[in-house]
Parts: sequence; C-alpha cells; structure tokens
Amino acid sequence: NMASDEDSDEDFVTYGTPLEPLEEDEPIRKPVPVHEQTVKDEKGRYKRFHGAFTGGFSAGYFNTVGSQEGWTPSTFVSSRQQKAERQNARPEDFMDEEDFSEHGIAPREIVTTEDFASERKDQLKDKARAVSSLAALIPGDTGLLEELIAPARSSIGVELLRKMGWKDGQGVGPRLKRRQRKQNTDAVKVHGGALLPSGSEESEDEDDEFAPENVTFAPKDVVPVDFTPKVDSHGLGYRGLNPLQALGGGSESAHINLFTLQSDRTSSLFGDRNSGQKRRGGIAGQAFGVGAMENEDADIYHKDSMSNYDTVLGGEEPGDGLYGWTAPQQYTRKKNDSKRDVVYLGRILDGFTLASQVTEIKTVYPPPDLPRDYRPVHYFRPVVDLSTVSPIVAQALQASRGHLSQDAPQQGRHSLDSSQRRDMLGETPLQGPSSVFELLGSKDRERLNEIRSVAKEQNKSVLNLSSAEDRAAVVASSTAPQPDSLTSPAKTQASSETQMALNAWSGPTADASKTFKPFQKNPQKQARYDLYINKLKKGDKEALESSLDSSMTEWERGRERDEFVRAAVLYKPSNSSLSSRFTRSKNEDDTDSVEVTRDQENDVDDKQAAVKMKMFGKLTRDTFEWHPEKLLCKRFNVPDPYPGSSTVGMPKIKRDKYSVFNFLTITDSSHVSREGPSASKPPGSSTTLPHLTPEVNKKSRWDKTGKVSEPKDPLSAFLSETRSEVSVAKQIEAGAKNQTDSSHASEEKEEDEEEVRPPMDLFKAIFASSSDEKSSSSSEEDSEEEEVAPSTSEPIQISAETLNPPVSAQITPAPDISKVPGII
Amino acid sequence: MAFPQPRPQVPQLPQHLLRTIECQQGAVRAVRFNADGNYVLTCGSDKSLKLWSVSRGTLLKTYTGHGYEVLDVDSSYDNSQLCSCSSDKTVILWDVASGQVTRKLRGHAGKVNCVQFNEEATVMLSGSIDGTVRCWDTRSRRYEPIQILDEARDGISSLKVSEHELLIGSVDGRVRLYDLRMGQLHVDFIGSPITCVCFSRDGQCTLSSSLDSTVRLLDKSSGEMLGEYSGHVNKGYKLDCCLSDKDTHVLSCSEDGHVYFWDLVEGSLTLKLPVGKAVVQSLSFHPTEPRLLTAMEGHVQVWGAEPEDTAKLSSVC
Repeated sequence: NMASDEDSDEDFVTYGTPLEPLEEDEPIRKPVPVHEQTVKDEKGRYKRFHGAFTGGFSAGYFNTVGSQEGWTPSTFVSSRQQKAERQNARPEDFMDEEDFSEHGIAPREIVTTEDFASERKDQLKDKARAVSSLAALIPGDTGLLEELIAPARSSIGVELLRKMGWKDGQGVGPRLKRRQRKQNTDAVKVHGGALLPSGSEESEDEDDEFAPENVTFAPKDVVPVDFTPKVDSHGLGYRGLNPLQALGGGSESAHINLFTLQSDRTSSLFGDRNSGQKRRGGIAGQAFGVGAMENEDADIYHKDSMSNYDTVLGGEEPGDGLYGWTAPQQYTRKKNDSKRDVVYLGRILDGFTLASQVTEIKTVYPPPDLPRDYRPVHYFRPVVDLSTVSPIVAQALQASRGHLSQDAPQQGRHSLDSSQRRDMLGETPLQGPSSVFELLGSKDRERLNEIRSVAKEQNKSVLNLSSAEDRAAVVASSTAPQPDSLTSPAKTQASSETQMALNAWSGPTADASKTFKPFQKNPQKQARYDLYINKLKKGDKEALESSLDSSMTEWERGRERDEFVRAAVLYKPSNSSLSSRFTRSKNEDDTDSVEVTRDQENDVDDKQAAVKMKMFGKLTRDTFEWHPEKLLCKRFNVPDPYPGSSTVGMPKIKRDKYSVFNFLTITDSSHVSREGPSASKPPGSSTTLPHLTPEVNKKSRWDKTGKVSEPKDPLSAFLSETRSEVSVAKQIEAGAKNQTDSSHASEEKEEDEEEVRPPMDLFKAIFASSSDEKSSSSSEEDSEEEEVAPSTSEPIQISAETLNPPVSAQITPAPDISKVPGII
Repeated sequence: MAFPQPRPQVPQLPQHLLRTIECQQGAVRAVRFNADGNYVLTCGSDKSLKLWSVSRGTLLKTYTGHGYEVLDVDSSYDNSQLCSCSSDKTVILWDVASGQVTRKLRGHAGKVNCVQFNEEATVMLSGSIDGTVRCWDTRSRRYEPIQILDEARDGISSLKVSEHELLIGSVDGRVRLYDLRMGQLHVDFIGSPITCVCFSRDGQCTLSSSLDSTVRLLDKSSGEMLGEYSGHVNKGYKLDCCLSDKDTHVLSCSEDGHVYFWDLVEGSLTLKLPVGKAVVQSLSFHPTEPRLLTAMEGHVQVWGAEPEDTAKLSSVC
C-alpha cells in the first residue's frame, strides 16, 4: 500500500486471468447455439446427456458411482490389536467428487484461516452459538465465559500495521506535515439513535492553529465506504430486529436501533474494540428501562441533547416558512440548500442524495368523451348467399348494403364523376348549360339531330325484323369491324348494341337482384345501372337515357352510357341450369395491382414494319435482364451473373390493374361510337368533323404511332414514312372492300382480327386478374336462371326463348314494381 | 516465297442416297444423329424410340416407355444417355445401353415439342406447347425443374443449347436467346411462328425457319439479318432446318418433298434434293461429315456425298 503511492503505475495487483486482447478486423464470433454447446468432463471427454440424477449427465462406468470397482460399503472391523477408531461420518463422505466442484452441491472454497481472518464477526458462528445457548446451563447466556477468556487476538493486518508504527485511531498513510488531523474517534464511537456523523468537525478545525511546523501528523482516519451487499428483503436502511441484540447478545449498541447510520456499520469494521467497556447483558435501551442485572445506569437513556432540537421559535429559519416545525438534523444542517429542502421533507437514506433537478411531472390526460350514442359492439352484416334466400330479401339486403357503403371512401379520384366530386367538395351545382349540345351552333345541332333520326329509323327497322334475323344482324354488327364509319353508322352500331341489351334483358327471366354488379365499387353508379337493367327488363326502350344521371356532363354520360350497354350485353342473363354447380366466390379480388414483368417489349408494330423491310437488328431485338437460377449456372459451369440477387427469371413489378372495361371492346367500332358524341363536344369541333373520314376512322394500327412520330433519327423517320405508305395501301384495300357487299364483312373481320392483335396487356388484364370476376358473374347469372326456371316451367327450350324473345314482352310492363326497389 | 493458298475445296453436298431405313414405328417425327454421328435415333408416332446403326442400317435398340408419340430426342455428349420428349407431356431420360428409363419427368402442361441436353448432359431442357421451357437436372433426384422459362407467349417449337446459351424458338414469332453468362435475354422478333432454330457451328449466328417459308440467318450478338433463304414451302408443319457440317450451306425441309440447300453467303439455291412425294418432316446433318438424314412418313433416308460403293471403298482405304 505504501509503495503504491510512489510508483503507482507499475505496482498494480492483477487478479484473475486477463481477457485476450481484442484483435481488430476479427470477425465477430457467433454465439454457439444451445443445441451445439457441448459439455466436457475434467479430462476433456465429451459428456453425454443422460438423466437427472447426476445433474443430467452420465455418471460414467455404466452409471455406477464412477469407479471401476463400484461402490463398496466400508465394513466395520475391530479387533483386539486394532481397535476401530470411532468414525464420525460426515456428509462429505457420501458425496461424489463432482459435488465438491464449483457447481456441485457442496463446493469447496478457499477460506482464510482464522489467523488471517478479519475480526468481522462470523454470522454463522454467532447463530450457532445463539442456538446452542438456548440449551446451555444458563439460558440466554451466549457463552459469556467463553468470551471472557477469549485470547486477545488481533488480525494479521492490524499486527502488521502496528509493526509499521501505526497506532490505534490513526489513519493509514504517510504522515502529513502541517496540520494534525485529529483522529476521528467519533467515527468509531457508537451513538444510539439519531447520531451526527462527523458532526464535530467544525469545532476541531479551530484548535488546529498552534500546530508547529516541523511536526508531522498521522493522517486522519478515513471512514471507508461500506460495500456490504444488501441481502435481506427489508427496506433500504432498515435492519430489522436482531434477535441476538434483542435477547441480550447485543454487544455494541445500547438499545435497538432499527435504522442504522453510517457510523454504526463502520464501527463493525474495527470489531468489538470497545465492546468491553460497554458490555451490558440483557435487554437495554430507552424503551426498556434499566434491567435488573445492570449496574451502571449512566447510559441507560439514549443520549439526546437539547442542541439537537430547536429552542427558538422562528429565529433560525426565517426563509422557508416552516416555523415551529422541528426538523430532523439533516434538514437543519442543509437548510442553505433551500431548493432541495422544500421538495423533500423526510430523512434521506444512506447512500442517497437529493436530486438536483426536479423531475418533470407527467401530465395525465383524461380519456376522451365518448359520443352519447356510441355502442362498444360492432355488428357484422351477415353474408347471405343470394341464391338461397328469396329474391325480396336478397334485394333488400343489397339495397341496404348499397346505401350503407356510400359512406365508405371512394376508390379514387378517377372513379368519381363530377357530381360526386361536387358533393364531396360541397360546391353548388353549375347553373350554366349542362350539355355541350347547347353550345353547338345551330347547324351542327341540326346535323346531329338528323343523324339521330336516321339512327332511330334504323332502330325501328331493326325492331321490325324477325328476331332470329335481328339477332344475327346484331351479332354481326357487334363483332364485325364497322366498314363505313361515318357518324350515322356509328350511331346505328350503338343503337344495335342497345337493342341487343334490350333483347337480352327483356322478358320475364331477368331479375336484377341476381345479376352481376359490375359497378359495385361505385354504389351510385351501380344504382343507376340497376335502374337501367330494371327498365330494360320492362322493355323500356329509353331505359338508358332515363336512368343516367342528368347532372353529369355530357361526356361522362356518354361514357357511362357506353359502359352500361356493354355491361348489359356482357352480363346478360344466360340460360343454363348449371348454377347449382357453382357458387359465387366470396372473397373479391381487392388488390388493384397485378404483377407484370418490369421490362416491357417494345411496340410490336414497329417491329413488324422492320421485319417487312428486312431491317433486323436493333429494331427487332429487345434485350432484357434475365436472372438464371443459381443451380442452372452451376450446371452450365457459368458464374452467376447476378450473385447477390434472389430473383429468378425476369424482374417483376407491381402495376395497377386495368379495369376490365378499358379493354373489353365488343365491337371494333365502339371507338367510333364513342367518338360520335365526344367529337361534337368542343365548340370548334365542327372543323374536325370533316376529318373523320373512313380512312382515319378505320382502326389502323399505324394511326396512333403516325401521330406521335417525332424526328428521332433518320431511320425512324424513314420507318414512319414507310409505315404510312403501308397504312394507306391498307386503307385503300379496306375501302375497296367496303364498296363490296356486306356479306364480305365476316371475311374482313377475320382478316382484321388477325392483323390487329391487341396488346398483350389486354390479355393479361383479362385472363390474369378478372377470371374470378367472370366466373362469379356467370355463376350469378346461372343462379338467377335457376330461380326462374321452375316458374316458367319450360323444360329445355331455354335457348330458343332467349334467342327469340317475344315482341310482346318488350311492350308489356314488368309484372311487379314492388320487387324492384332500385327504381324508387 | 510464299506458296499460294490452296484453293478451298468445293464442299460436297450429301446428294446421293445411301440407304433407306424402314423404321416400322409409324410416322417418323424426328430423326437425329447421335453425338458422334455413328448412330441414328428415330422418334416414332407409335410411342417408340429407336436406335439404328448408320453404316448398316440395322436396328440396335428400341426404347419404349412413352405414352404417346415421341417428338424429339437428343443424345448426351458421351452417348451414354438419351433424352426424349413426347406428346404425353413427359420428358424421359434413358440409359442407352440398358434401354431403361432413368427418369421420367412430368411437369409440362402440354405436349413437349423439343428436348436438348446441355454440353455436359447435366441439364435437360424441354420446350413445350404450353409456352414454357423447363430445365431439368439430371444430376439430382429432384423431379421439379431447376428453372422454368416462361417468357414465351405461345408454344415452344424448337430449342438449342450451346455452351452457355439457350436458343428458343416460339410460335409467337420470336427467337429468344438466353445468355446465362451475361444474365440477359435477347428477343428477336421474326413475326411469323418459328418452326426451328439452330446455332451455326461457329456459334456466331443463329438460324431460324418460320412459317412464312423463310429461313433467316441472324447475327447472334446484334440480331441483324445476315441472310435470308426462301423458295421452299413451310406453311403448316414444324419442319427442321440446319447448317451443313462446315457452315457452308443452309438446309431446310420442305413440304413439297424436297430438301433445299442454299449457299450460306450468297443465299442462292444450290441444290434441291428430291426426297419423296410427301413432306420432309425432319432432317439431321452429320456433325463432321457431309452426311444427311431425312425423315419422310415412316422411313428415314441416309444421304452421302458419294455413292454407296465409293463410300465403302473410301472407308476401306
């Protein structure tokens, strides 16, 4: 200790084995998982996990006691020559070697011998003595005699210190020069009750002044920090009743003090040095009075001087407003630190100090007020299979669901029409002309009216046809590309579609509640569609116009009109009794995205043109990123081109799923029929109208690309030029065909279909995503048919019936309006 | 003083009929040389696969195990294994010597048009009418393909494998070149449904025949067309095309009963070999010698550059 002060760096005492120095760049070792950890015995052999008896491991020697000869009981042998010594069997005799090891049941540890032990009291010994004292001659006597004649022993440390010149009460260390540090005998003195640790220090400093210069003094004794671990479950600072003290064994403190302060513990460091003077037997202390065996009564009461208490009212502590309150000592001493003291008024425990900063008080907010009509129960709408309940119930359910789901957020900006947006934004409806027709010039309007009337006439003529012919015509016109595509045939086309829808839906078979709901995501639209279907069923020829929302713009109406007609034709009630074989799919495909390959092929038309010109190479080649499987690379002896990548094949991305209605074009000329009303929309469009020549309107695949073509490079310019040449040739060809009889229509249709191949996206959108939609629709139709079939009681003639709908059915009103709540 | 370069010999074309083999297995769907060209494999419509000796024209072995007509066959580099594909949607790996089925691989959704080993016969690649090419591992016991190439949008009609490239012709009118080393897929648009694709022997070009009765030679790296060969008839059948042993000529079957030989560089028709009256379904060129196999209806014909007796003499000498 002394030496360490001089060259402090080199004289460190190392204890234990030092850790291996960490090497930089060393990979961090993974911790060994439990199932891979092995256990070895002291000879380095692996131990097999066995049973619970030996702590889970095999005991060796076939689970015997661990020696080859096994366990042989010792026999008692005593003869005249050799008297058997008395054997006291200790528990250790029956233990295995392992039990003495570190983790055994009786670990052997290195213990300081009594010579070197400190004078700290052995608690175990004390306890044993206390127990044995109960059975002693004098009950309650804890070996007074033994203690009396105990040899005067001091620990080896104290001995050594004494030899080095240390005296009791001095501090340890080199001698100081100037001031004498007065030995703090108070520190070891035992105070009962509330005591003043280092309370008299200030007074000591005063009489140090006469110390001569050449005299050195021993350093002040330091009170070491007590590192006694807390092992009991008492509160901090509370000691509990020590039975030894309570029953008279207490040798140190005069009375039972449940709350110890520093000096109480520090005194134990120096043991019972002064225990001899203070020894008293029996119970003593303030509360218990003087015992019978007490001969001195000097110290029977707890030493408590009046100086511990305030004697003057209000004089000493003017600042804190706690007049008249007798504070504990700590409080009075630390009164300068008023900030702390105001916060905490109790006694501060051992080893604790007051926090210098006040912790922020957490604000606790009250729970929110629930609305008055709030019910903590959620009601799930039952899922009803529409094919099993009666139509009225089903319809009611549907209607109510539609009403409810109006509150639900809409799908997107584009799925709303202008009136919906207006409602959401809270705008007032526009006052101006709602239709672009009003903006048109009178000439244009006249022309449009003309067209309309022509269409009506044609419509009539179609109606007059016998139904088989009618249907054939409708089918032909719907599938064949429109050869002569000026506005009036377009209108015819549209009207024939309408007619087809009418044919399909009119008649007693259809029931709106069972039909497929193509616009289910937009309830208002669906309601309009239902209305339209219902009117169709009644044979209303003006069903379409009357069921559209008049507040929408002309363009939106036109679009919706188109969609409704097409939806009606597509999802027309089919006649089959297959419905019982199918059920509707319950889970709708809600995801609005579909996985497609990230890299899309370039325009096929470009390539076809290039092929025609035999310009293979850059134009016809697409290069994509493609990830081969790792194993495939291995088998081909090729390094993996994308070592880190986990994708296989072409990289995929999610893309918005297209609406089915973006692609489903029943007729090739639907484009034209849509163009009819929309072309007249802008006021100045009369100039554009003449451009709607058959050549342009003929859906040539060069059209769009021709428009967009920019002078990218000479090659592409050249390409586009040749393209336009080709398209002109084709249009001429088409025009020639148009001149010929309409019987060629089917031929041309075939050709056209072969030529104009829709883009692949279309197929993907149809076949990849909407398959369930389709199936559900068909099953729905089927289920509806099944409902109706018994009522009509026409066994197998279903096909004939739909093919030839009775004309009268179109005129007669629907039998029961109350069945159709959608109208109201 | 330098000698003048020896004048290159005029390549000899296999135009002499050496032998006709009656296969007795229904229509011959495909005829293939084995790896070294000493044997012939024929795929029959009677579900059988037969191995013949070229020189004697004798039947050596019949492999039965397919459930429907066999459509294509390939032999491994060491001639120890065969792979064949069939309309029964399966691919079979055969042991040549024992004639036993080593592995029967199911997975294709439609009939399997073409099959090919890779260079070391560690992978079998099969192309099917279902639009996928499946890569089967011959080393492991797995019955699932290593990878499925489903980029084609229509049936696969033909495929070839080089060292690290897969050349796949599809009915969607595109030739796809999968480069494993680069991790790239090159798609060459031809337009018309592809019936057969080939690598040139030097590996720099690809040959593809399509249903517009045209055979095109494309540069492999850029996709540019180097030559176009037409004159034959190929409108409905899946007909084979190939290059001659020295890459001097382009050969194609034809539906008019001929085999057409075009000069590769000039693109001119060199020879129109009359094989028979029916459609020449399949052909195969010897890997090293000017020798050709053609399949028509139920028989296979072996063609050589020299008549039979001289060929015999030369083989003796």
